[in-house]
Amino acid sequence: MIQLSVEHLTKSFDSNQVLNNLNFYVNEGEFVSILGPSGSGKSTIFNLVGGMLLPDDGSITLDGEKITGKRGSISYMPQTPSLMPWRSILQNVLLGQELMGRTDTETARKMLQKAGLGDYENAYPHELSGGMKQRAAFIRALLSPQPIILLDEPFSALDELTRHDMQKWLLDIWNEHKPTILFVTHNIEEAIYLSDRILVLSCKPAKVIQEYKVPFARPRMEEIFLHENFLSCKRSIHHALKNQ
Amino acid sequence: MINVFRKGWRPASVLLLLFILWEVAVAIAEVPNWLLPPPTDIVQEAISGWTGFRQHLQSTVMLSLLGFAIGTGIGLLTAVLLHLLPFIRESVYPLLILSQNVPIIVLAPLLVVWFGFGILPKLIVITLVCFFPITVAALDGFRQTPEELKHYMLMAGASKGQLFWKLELPYSLPSLFSGLKISATYSVMGAVISEWLGAKAGIGVYMTLASSSFRTDRVFVAIFAIMLLSLLFFGSILLAESLLIKWKSRESARK
Repeated sequence: MIQLSVEHLTKSFDSNQVLNNLNFYVNEGEFVSILGPSGSGKSTIFNLVGGMLLPDDGSITLDGEKITGKRGSISYMPQTPSLMPWRSILQNVLLGQELMGRTDTETARKMLQKAGLGDYENAYPHELSGGMKQRAAFIRALLSPQPIILLDEPFSALDELTRHDMQKWLLDIWNEHKPTILFVTHNIEEAIYLSDRILVLSCKPAKVIQEYKVPFARPRMEEIFLHENFLSCKRSIHHALKNQ
Repeated sequence: MINVFRKGWRPASVLLLLFILWEVAVAIAEVPNWLLPPPTDIVQEAISGWTGFRQHLQSTVMLSLLGFAIGTGIGLLTAVLLHLLPFIRESVYPLLILSQNVPIIVLAPLLVVWFGFGILPKLIVITLVCFFPITVAALDGFRQTPEELKHYMLMAGASKGQLFWKLELPYSLPSLFSGLKISATYSVMGAVISEWLGAKAGIGVYMTLASSSFRTDRVFVAIFAIMLLSLLFFGSILLAESLLIKWKSRESARK
Protein backbone atom coordinates (compact mmCIF):
# COMPACT_ATOMS: atom_id res chain seq x y z
CA MET A 1 0.00 0.00 0.00
CA ILE A 2 1.35 3.40 -0.95
CA GLN A 3 1.91 5.53 2.13
CA LEU A 4 3.71 8.57 0.81
CA SER A 5 3.39 9.78 -2.72
CA VAL A 6 5.02 12.79 -4.29
CA GLU A 7 3.55 13.97 -7.58
CA HIS A 8 4.80 16.47 -10.14
CA LEU A 9 6.86 18.29 -7.55
CA THR A 10 8.47 21.41 -8.99
CA LYS A 11 10.39 24.01 -7.06
CA SER A 12 12.70 26.85 -7.97
CA PHE A 13 14.44 29.50 -5.94
CA ASP A 14 14.46 32.69 -7.97
CA SER A 15 15.72 31.58 -11.40
CA ASN A 16 17.37 28.45 -10.05
CA GLN A 17 15.20 25.43 -10.72
CA VAL A 18 15.93 22.75 -8.14
CA LEU A 19 13.19 20.20 -8.76
CA ASN A 20 11.45 19.54 -12.03
CA ASN A 21 8.38 17.30 -12.08
CA LEU A 22 9.62 14.92 -9.40
CA ASN A 23 7.54 11.79 -8.84
CA PHE A 24 8.00 8.97 -6.39
CA TYR A 25 6.16 6.93 -3.80
CA VAL A 26 6.97 4.96 -0.66
CA ASN A 27 4.99 1.88 0.39
CA GLU A 28 4.02 1.18 3.94
CA GLY A 29 6.85 -0.54 5.81
CA GLU A 30 9.25 0.06 2.95
CA PHE A 31 12.80 1.39 3.20
CA VAL A 32 13.43 3.73 0.27
CA SER A 33 16.66 5.61 -0.34
CA ILE A 34 17.12 8.72 -2.39
CA LEU A 35 20.58 8.72 -3.88
CA GLY A 36 21.97 11.73 -5.63
CA PRO A 37 25.03 13.83 -6.17
CA SER A 38 25.57 16.56 -3.60
CA GLY A 39 23.70 19.71 -4.46
CA SER A 40 21.03 17.77 -6.31
CA GLY A 41 18.27 19.17 -4.14
CA LYS A 42 17.92 16.33 -1.65
CA SER A 43 17.45 18.71 1.27
CA THR A 44 14.89 20.65 -0.73
CA ILE A 45 12.88 17.45 -1.18
CA PHE A 46 12.95 16.89 2.57
CA ASN A 47 12.03 20.47 3.34
CA LEU A 48 9.08 20.14 0.98
CA VAL A 49 7.89 16.81 2.40
CA GLY A 50 8.40 18.20 5.91
CA GLY A 51 6.21 21.17 5.08
CA MET A 52 8.94 23.76 5.58
CA LEU A 53 8.61 24.93 1.99
CA LEU A 54 5.75 25.20 -0.45
CA PRO A 55 6.25 23.69 -3.92
CA ASP A 56 5.63 25.80 -7.02
CA ASP A 57 3.67 22.92 -8.41
CA GLY A 58 2.73 19.38 -7.46
CA SER A 59 1.46 17.69 -4.35
CA ILE A 60 2.55 15.47 -1.47
CA THR A 61 0.16 12.91 -0.06
CA LEU A 62 0.56 10.89 3.12
CA ASP A 63 -1.97 8.14 3.95
CA GLY A 64 -4.38 9.61 1.42
CA GLU A 65 -4.20 13.06 2.96
CA LYS A 66 -2.58 16.07 1.34
CA ILE A 67 0.30 17.33 3.48
CA THR A 68 1.73 19.90 1.11
CA GLY A 69 3.03 22.76 3.29
CA LYS A 70 1.85 21.08 6.50
CA ARG A 71 4.56 20.76 9.15
CA GLY A 72 4.63 17.91 11.66
CA SER A 73 3.22 15.20 9.42
CA ILE A 74 6.50 13.30 9.28
CA SER A 75 9.07 12.19 11.80
CA TYR A 76 12.55 13.50 11.14
CA MET A 77 16.15 12.67 11.87
CA PRO A 78 18.61 15.32 10.71
CA GLN A 79 22.22 15.04 9.64
CA THR A 80 23.51 16.28 12.99
CA PRO A 81 21.99 14.64 16.09
CA SER A 82 20.33 17.95 17.10
CA LEU A 83 19.71 16.83 20.65
CA MET A 84 18.84 19.56 23.16
CA PRO A 85 21.93 19.96 25.38
CA TRP A 86 19.86 20.73 28.50
CA ARG A 87 17.71 17.62 28.23
CA SER A 88 18.75 14.22 29.46
CA ILE A 89 18.84 11.47 26.84
CA LEU A 90 15.49 10.14 28.02
CA GLN A 91 13.89 13.58 27.80
CA ASN A 92 15.48 14.06 24.41
CA VAL A 93 14.10 10.90 22.86
CA LEU A 94 10.66 11.85 24.17
CA LEU A 95 10.74 15.27 22.51
CA GLY A 96 9.12 14.16 19.25
CA GLN A 97 6.17 12.71 21.16
CA GLU A 98 6.01 15.71 23.42
CA LEU A 99 5.57 18.06 20.47
CA MET A 100 2.67 15.98 19.17
CA GLY A 101 0.96 15.26 22.46
CA ARG A 102 1.36 12.29 24.79
CA THR A 103 4.65 10.84 25.92
CA ASP A 104 5.29 7.21 26.71
CA THR A 105 8.26 6.95 29.07
CA GLU A 106 8.11 3.19 29.48
CA THR A 107 8.53 2.39 25.78
CA ALA A 108 11.26 5.01 25.52
CA ARG A 109 13.16 3.38 28.38
CA LYS A 110 12.87 -0.04 26.77
CA MET A 111 14.12 1.26 23.43
CA LEU A 112 17.07 3.01 25.02
CA GLN A 113 17.88 -0.22 26.81
CA LYS A 114 17.84 -2.15 23.55
CA ALA A 115 20.00 0.44 21.83
CA GLY A 116 22.61 0.04 24.53
CA LEU A 117 21.85 3.47 25.94
CA GLY A 118 20.11 2.20 29.07
CA ASP A 119 22.88 3.45 31.33
CA TYR A 120 22.80 6.87 29.69
CA GLU A 121 19.13 7.61 30.32
CA ASN A 122 19.95 10.50 32.62
CA ALA A 123 23.16 11.59 30.91
CA TYR A 124 23.34 14.79 28.88
CA PRO A 125 24.10 14.64 25.15
CA HIS A 126 27.64 16.01 25.52
CA GLU A 127 28.52 12.98 27.62
CA LEU A 128 27.83 10.65 24.68
CA SER A 129 29.94 9.69 21.67
CA GLY A 130 28.92 10.67 18.14
CA GLY A 131 27.45 7.27 17.33
CA MET A 132 25.49 7.15 20.56
CA LYS A 133 24.05 10.59 19.90
CA GLN A 134 22.88 9.47 16.46
CA ARG A 135 21.26 6.42 18.03
CA ALA A 136 19.40 8.65 20.44
CA ALA A 137 18.34 10.89 17.56
CA PHE A 138 17.02 7.87 15.65
CA ILE A 139 15.12 6.58 18.67
CA ARG A 140 13.57 10.01 19.01
CA ALA A 141 12.40 9.79 15.40
CA LEU A 142 11.19 6.22 15.88
CA LEU A 143 9.20 7.15 18.98
CA SER A 144 7.50 10.07 17.27
CA PRO A 145 3.91 9.21 16.42
CA GLN A 146 4.10 10.09 12.69
CA PRO A 147 3.78 7.18 10.24
CA ILE A 148 6.96 7.82 8.22
CA ILE A 149 10.53 8.66 9.18
CA LEU A 150 12.73 10.93 7.08
CA LEU A 151 16.46 10.36 7.54
CA ASP A 152 18.73 13.03 6.14
CA GLU A 153 22.23 11.58 5.60
CA PRO A 154 22.28 10.59 9.26
CA PHE A 155 25.65 8.82 9.21
CA SER A 156 27.63 11.10 6.94
CA ALA A 157 29.39 12.86 9.83
CA LEU A 158 30.55 9.63 11.49
CA ASP A 159 33.84 7.83 10.96
CA GLU A 160 33.92 4.74 8.77
CA LEU A 161 33.82 2.14 11.57
CA THR A 162 31.09 3.85 13.54
CA ARG A 163 29.09 4.36 10.39
CA HIS A 164 29.25 0.67 9.67
CA ASP A 165 28.09 -0.21 13.17
CA MET A 166 25.27 2.27 12.87
CA GLN A 167 24.08 0.84 9.57
CA LYS A 168 23.95 -2.60 11.08
CA TRP A 169 22.16 -1.31 14.12
CA LEU A 170 19.66 0.55 11.95
CA LEU A 171 18.91 -2.61 9.97
CA ASP A 172 18.33 -4.58 13.17
CA ILE A 173 15.97 -2.04 14.61
CA TRP A 174 14.20 -1.64 11.27
CA ASN A 175 13.66 -5.41 11.08
CA GLU A 176 12.04 -5.33 14.46
CA HIS A 177 9.70 -2.36 14.05
CA LYS A 178 9.36 -2.14 10.24
CA PRO A 179 8.75 1.59 10.11
CA THR A 180 8.36 3.30 6.74
CA ILE A 181 11.62 5.08 6.00
CA LEU A 182 12.70 7.61 3.43
CA PHE A 183 16.47 7.83 3.54
CA VAL A 184 18.66 10.38 1.82
CA THR A 185 22.30 9.53 1.15
CA HIS A 186 25.12 10.05 -1.29
CA ASN A 187 26.77 6.76 -0.36
CA ILE A 188 25.93 4.01 -2.89
CA GLU A 189 26.96 1.08 -0.67
CA GLU A 190 24.95 2.39 2.23
CA ALA A 191 21.89 2.68 -0.01
CA ILE A 192 22.21 -0.88 -1.34
CA TYR A 193 22.88 -2.37 2.07
CA LEU A 194 19.92 -0.70 3.76
CA SER A 195 17.10 -0.19 1.29
CA ASP A 196 14.37 -2.06 -0.49
CA ARG A 197 14.35 0.44 -3.31
CA ILE A 198 16.74 3.15 -4.45
CA LEU A 199 15.75 6.26 -6.36
CA VAL A 200 18.65 7.72 -8.27
CA LEU A 201 18.39 11.48 -8.73
CA SER A 202 19.80 13.56 -11.53
CA CYS A 203 21.67 16.81 -11.11
CA LYS A 204 19.71 20.04 -10.91
CA PRO A 205 16.87 20.24 -11.70
CA ALA A 206 16.41 16.94 -9.88
CA LYS A 207 14.19 14.16 -11.11
CA VAL A 208 14.28 10.39 -10.66
CA ILE A 209 16.44 9.00 -13.47
CA GLN A 210 16.45 5.43 -12.30
CA GLU A 211 14.56 3.32 -9.84
CA TYR A 212 16.44 0.36 -8.52
CA LYS A 213 14.99 -2.61 -6.65
CA VAL A 214 17.59 -4.09 -4.33
CA PRO A 215 17.63 -7.86 -4.96
CA PHE A 216 18.86 -8.99 -1.54
CA ALA A 217 16.59 -10.77 0.91
CA ARG A 218 16.25 -9.67 4.51
CA PRO A 219 17.60 -9.92 7.11
CA ARG A 220 20.83 -8.88 5.43
CA MET A 221 24.21 -9.97 6.65
CA GLU A 222 27.36 -7.96 6.34
CA GLU A 223 28.73 -10.53 3.93
CA ILE A 224 26.63 -9.15 1.11
CA PHE A 225 29.15 -6.35 0.78
CA LEU A 226 31.46 -8.87 -0.83
CA HIS A 227 28.79 -10.58 -2.86
CA GLU A 228 29.10 -10.56 -6.65
CA ASN A 229 25.57 -9.22 -6.99
CA PHE A 230 26.36 -6.38 -4.65
CA LEU A 231 29.19 -5.22 -6.84
CA SER A 232 27.13 -5.40 -10.00
CA CYS A 233 24.38 -3.40 -8.25
CA LYS A 234 26.92 -0.83 -7.28
CA ARG A 235 28.32 -0.73 -10.80
CA SER A 236 24.97 -0.16 -12.47
CA ILE A 237 23.96 2.60 -10.02
CA HIS A 238 27.31 4.22 -10.47
CA HIS A 239 26.75 4.09 -14.18
CA ALA A 240 23.34 5.68 -13.90
CA LEU A 241 24.77 8.49 -11.81
CA LYS A 242 27.57 9.13 -14.25
CA ASN A 243 25.63 8.90 -17.49
CA GLN A 244 22.99 11.47 -16.81
CA MET B 1 32.28 25.64 49.98
CA ILE B 2 35.80 24.20 49.83
CA ASN B 3 35.92 25.51 46.30
CA VAL B 4 35.21 29.04 47.52
CA PHE B 5 38.16 28.87 49.87
CA ARG B 6 40.46 27.41 47.29
CA LYS B 7 39.62 30.09 44.76
CA GLY B 8 39.06 32.88 47.27
CA TRP B 9 42.24 32.90 49.32
CA ARG B 10 44.30 34.80 46.75
CA PRO B 11 42.06 37.87 46.31
CA ALA B 12 41.32 37.76 50.06
CA SER B 13 44.99 37.97 50.94
CA VAL B 14 45.52 40.80 48.45
CA LEU B 15 42.66 42.64 50.11
CA LEU B 16 44.14 42.06 53.53
CA LEU B 17 47.49 43.35 52.34
CA LEU B 18 45.84 46.49 51.00
CA PHE B 19 44.13 47.12 54.33
CA ILE B 20 47.42 46.71 56.19
CA LEU B 21 49.11 49.12 53.80
CA TRP B 22 46.28 51.59 54.30
CA GLU B 23 46.48 51.30 58.08
CA VAL B 24 50.23 51.83 58.11
CA ALA B 25 50.18 54.68 55.60
CA VAL B 26 47.52 56.59 57.52
CA ALA B 27 49.46 56.14 60.78
CA ILE B 28 52.81 57.24 59.31
CA ALA B 29 51.45 60.24 57.43
CA GLU B 30 49.27 61.23 60.41
CA VAL B 31 46.23 61.80 58.21
CA PRO B 32 43.38 63.28 60.26
CA ASN B 33 40.43 60.98 60.87
CA TRP B 34 37.86 63.09 59.05
CA LEU B 35 39.97 62.96 55.91
CA LEU B 36 40.78 59.26 55.82
CA PRO B 37 40.16 57.00 58.78
CA PRO B 38 42.24 53.81 59.15
CA PRO B 39 40.45 50.47 58.51
CA THR B 40 40.45 49.62 62.22
CA ASP B 41 38.38 52.74 62.95
CA ILE B 42 35.96 51.80 60.21
CA VAL B 43 35.52 48.31 61.62
CA GLN B 44 35.04 49.76 65.10
CA GLU B 45 32.37 52.14 63.82
CA ALA B 46 30.66 49.31 61.97
CA ILE B 47 30.43 47.31 65.20
CA SER B 48 29.47 50.11 67.57
CA GLY B 49 27.03 51.72 65.13
CA TRP B 50 25.44 48.44 64.06
CA THR B 51 22.07 48.97 65.78
CA GLY B 52 21.65 52.34 64.09
CA PHE B 53 22.90 51.08 60.75
CA ARG B 54 20.80 47.93 60.67
CA GLN B 55 17.52 49.60 59.77
CA HIS B 56 19.22 51.47 56.91
CA LEU B 57 20.71 48.26 55.60
CA GLN B 58 17.38 46.48 55.87
CA SER B 59 15.57 49.17 53.98
CA THR B 60 18.14 49.15 51.16
CA VAL B 61 18.06 45.36 50.90
CA MET B 62 14.28 45.39 50.61
CA LEU B 63 14.33 48.17 48.05
CA SER B 64 17.01 46.51 45.90
CA LEU B 65 15.28 43.14 45.99
CA LEU B 66 11.95 44.64 45.01
CA GLY B 67 13.53 46.78 42.30
CA PHE B 68 15.55 43.85 41.00
CA ALA B 69 12.46 41.66 40.83
CA ILE B 70 10.50 44.29 38.94
CA GLY B 71 13.46 45.10 36.68
CA THR B 72 13.96 41.43 35.88
CA GLY B 73 10.29 40.97 35.12
CA ILE B 74 10.13 43.99 32.84
CA GLY B 75 13.47 43.10 31.23
CA LEU B 76 12.33 39.57 30.42
CA LEU B 77 8.96 40.73 29.19
CA THR B 78 10.58 43.30 26.92
CA ALA B 79 12.97 40.69 25.54
CA VAL B 80 10.20 38.19 24.81
CA LEU B 81 8.04 40.84 23.22
CA LEU B 82 10.83 42.17 21.04
CA HIS B 83 11.83 38.64 20.08
CA LEU B 84 8.37 37.47 19.07
CA LEU B 85 7.45 40.68 17.26
CA PRO B 86 10.33 41.56 14.92
CA PHE B 87 8.53 44.66 13.71
CA ILE B 88 8.50 46.13 17.21
CA ARG B 89 12.10 45.08 17.75
CA GLU B 90 13.27 47.08 14.78
CA SER B 91 11.47 50.20 15.89
CA VAL B 92 12.07 50.03 19.64
CA TYR B 93 15.50 48.45 20.13
CA PRO B 94 17.52 51.59 19.25
CA LEU B 95 15.38 53.58 21.66
CA LEU B 96 16.20 51.12 24.43
CA ILE B 97 19.87 51.88 23.96
CA LEU B 98 19.10 55.60 24.13
CA SER B 99 17.25 55.05 27.41
CA GLN B 100 20.55 53.88 28.91
CA ASN B 101 22.27 57.10 27.87
CA VAL B 102 20.11 59.28 30.08
CA PRO B 103 22.22 59.95 33.20
CA ILE B 104 20.39 58.56 36.21
CA ILE B 105 21.77 61.35 38.41
CA VAL B 106 19.89 63.86 36.26
CA LEU B 107 16.80 61.77 35.82
CA ALA B 108 16.37 60.92 39.49
CA PRO B 109 15.48 64.41 40.76
CA LEU B 110 13.07 64.78 37.85
CA LEU B 111 11.35 61.56 38.86
CA VAL B 112 10.90 63.00 42.35
CA VAL B 113 9.29 66.09 40.86
CA TRP B 114 6.90 63.88 38.90
CA PHE B 115 6.15 61.14 41.40
CA GLY B 116 6.95 62.55 44.83
CA PHE B 117 9.07 61.03 47.59
CA GLY B 118 7.33 57.68 47.76
CA ILE B 119 8.69 54.33 46.68
CA LEU B 120 7.58 54.69 43.04
CA PRO B 121 10.38 56.97 41.73
CA LYS B 122 12.95 54.77 43.52
CA LEU B 123 11.63 51.63 41.89
CA ILE B 124 11.67 53.38 38.52
CA VAL B 125 15.35 54.25 38.97
CA ILE B 126 16.29 50.67 39.90
CA THR B 127 14.18 49.21 37.13
CA LEU B 128 15.81 51.54 34.61
CA VAL B 129 19.31 50.35 35.49
CA CYS B 130 18.27 46.70 35.90
CA PHE B 131 16.13 45.84 32.92
CA PHE B 132 18.55 46.68 30.14
CA PRO B 133 21.29 44.06 30.76
CA ILE B 134 18.59 41.41 31.10
CA THR B 135 16.79 42.41 27.91
CA VAL B 136 19.99 42.47 25.88
CA ALA B 137 21.27 39.18 27.32
CA ALA B 138 17.96 37.39 26.78
CA LEU B 139 17.55 38.74 23.24
CA ASP B 140 21.06 37.61 22.36
CA GLY B 141 20.34 34.18 23.80
CA PHE B 142 17.10 33.82 21.83
CA ARG B 143 18.80 34.92 18.64
CA GLN B 144 21.79 32.61 18.97
CA THR B 145 19.66 29.47 19.00
CA PRO B 146 21.41 27.10 16.55
CA GLU B 147 19.73 26.83 13.17
CA GLU B 148 19.95 23.00 13.19
CA LEU B 149 17.98 22.70 16.43
CA LYS B 150 15.38 25.10 15.11
CA HIS B 151 15.15 23.16 11.85
CA TYR B 152 14.60 19.91 13.72
CA MET B 153 11.89 21.45 15.90
CA LEU B 154 10.06 22.88 12.90
CA MET B 155 10.33 19.69 10.84
CA ALA B 156 9.00 17.75 13.83
CA GLY B 157 6.01 20.06 13.85
CA ALA B 158 6.70 22.39 16.78
CA SER B 159 4.30 25.32 17.09
CA LYS B 160 5.63 28.82 17.66
CA GLY B 161 4.92 28.49 21.36
CA GLN B 162 6.68 25.12 21.61
CA LEU B 163 9.62 26.53 19.70
CA PHE B 164 9.93 29.26 22.31
CA TRP B 165 9.34 27.25 25.49
CA LYS B 166 11.16 24.09 24.50
CA LEU B 167 14.04 25.54 22.55
CA GLU B 168 14.66 29.27 22.61
CA LEU B 169 14.03 29.92 26.30
CA PRO B 170 16.12 27.02 27.67
CA TYR B 171 18.83 27.78 25.14
CA SER B 172 19.03 31.40 26.27
CA LEU B 173 19.26 30.59 30.00
CA PRO B 174 23.08 30.75 30.29
CA SER B 175 23.12 34.07 28.47
CA LEU B 176 20.20 35.30 30.54
CA PHE B 177 22.10 34.57 33.73
CA SER B 178 25.01 36.75 32.59
CA GLY B 179 22.51 39.58 32.36
CA LEU B 180 21.04 38.74 35.75
CA LYS B 181 24.46 38.89 37.39
CA ILE B 182 25.10 42.38 36.06
CA SER B 183 21.62 43.54 37.00
CA ALA B 184 21.86 42.12 40.51
CA THR B 185 24.88 44.27 41.30
CA TYR B 186 23.37 47.28 39.54
CA SER B 187 20.23 46.99 41.63
CA VAL B 188 22.15 47.79 44.83
CA MET B 189 23.74 50.84 43.22
CA GLY B 190 20.38 51.90 41.87
CA ALA B 191 18.79 51.57 45.29
CA VAL B 192 21.48 53.72 46.96
CA ILE B 193 21.25 56.41 44.31
CA SER B 194 17.48 56.50 44.57
CA GLU B 195 17.76 56.89 48.33
CA TRP B 196 19.83 60.03 47.91
CA LEU B 197 16.71 61.62 46.46
CA GLY B 198 15.15 61.56 49.83
CA ALA B 199 14.03 58.65 51.92
CA LYS B 200 13.37 57.88 55.55
CA ALA B 201 15.98 55.14 55.75
CA GLY B 202 18.55 53.39 53.60
CA ILE B 203 22.28 53.24 53.04
CA GLY B 204 21.95 56.21 50.67
CA VAL B 205 20.41 58.32 53.43
CA TYR B 206 22.97 57.16 55.97
CA MET B 207 25.72 58.03 53.51
CA THR B 208 24.54 61.58 52.81
CA LEU B 209 24.10 62.25 56.51
CA ALA B 210 27.57 60.89 57.26
CA SER B 211 29.37 62.85 54.57
CA SER B 212 27.66 66.13 55.34
CA SER B 213 28.76 65.80 58.99
CA PHE B 214 32.31 64.75 58.00
CA ARG B 215 31.88 61.27 59.50
CA THR B 216 34.19 59.75 56.93
CA ASP B 217 34.37 56.50 58.87
CA ARG B 218 30.62 56.07 58.40
CA VAL B 219 30.89 56.82 54.71
CA PHE B 220 33.34 53.95 54.46
CA VAL B 221 31.04 51.68 56.45
CA ALA B 222 28.35 52.47 53.88
CA ILE B 223 30.72 51.82 50.98
CA PHE B 224 31.75 48.44 52.34
CA ALA B 225 28.15 47.56 53.06
CA ILE B 226 27.24 48.29 49.45
CA MET B 227 30.13 46.19 48.20
CA LEU B 228 29.24 43.26 50.42
CA LEU B 229 25.61 43.49 49.44
CA SER B 230 26.45 43.48 45.73
CA LEU B 231 28.73 40.49 46.25
CA LEU B 232 25.98 38.67 48.11
CA PHE B 233 23.45 39.33 45.35
CA PHE B 234 25.93 38.21 42.75
CA GLY B 235 26.62 35.05 44.73
CA SER B 236 22.93 34.16 44.99
CA ILE B 237 22.51 34.50 41.24
CA LEU B 238 25.56 32.28 40.78
CA LEU B 239 24.00 29.70 43.06
CA ALA B 240 20.68 29.84 41.23
CA GLU B 241 22.54 29.44 37.95
CA SER B 242 24.41 26.34 39.05
CA LEU B 243 21.16 24.81 40.29
CA LEU B 244 19.18 25.65 37.17
CA ILE B 245 21.75 24.95 34.48
CA LYS B 246 23.14 21.67 35.70
CA TRP B 247 23.98 20.45 32.20
CA LYS B 248 26.30 23.39 31.67
CA SER B 249 28.30 22.85 34.84
CA ARG B 250 28.68 19.16 34.03
CA GLU B 251 29.84 20.10 30.59
CA SER B 252 32.54 22.45 31.85
CA ALA B 253 33.58 19.95 34.49
CA ARG B 254 34.37 17.51 31.72
CA LYS B 255 36.56 19.92 29.82
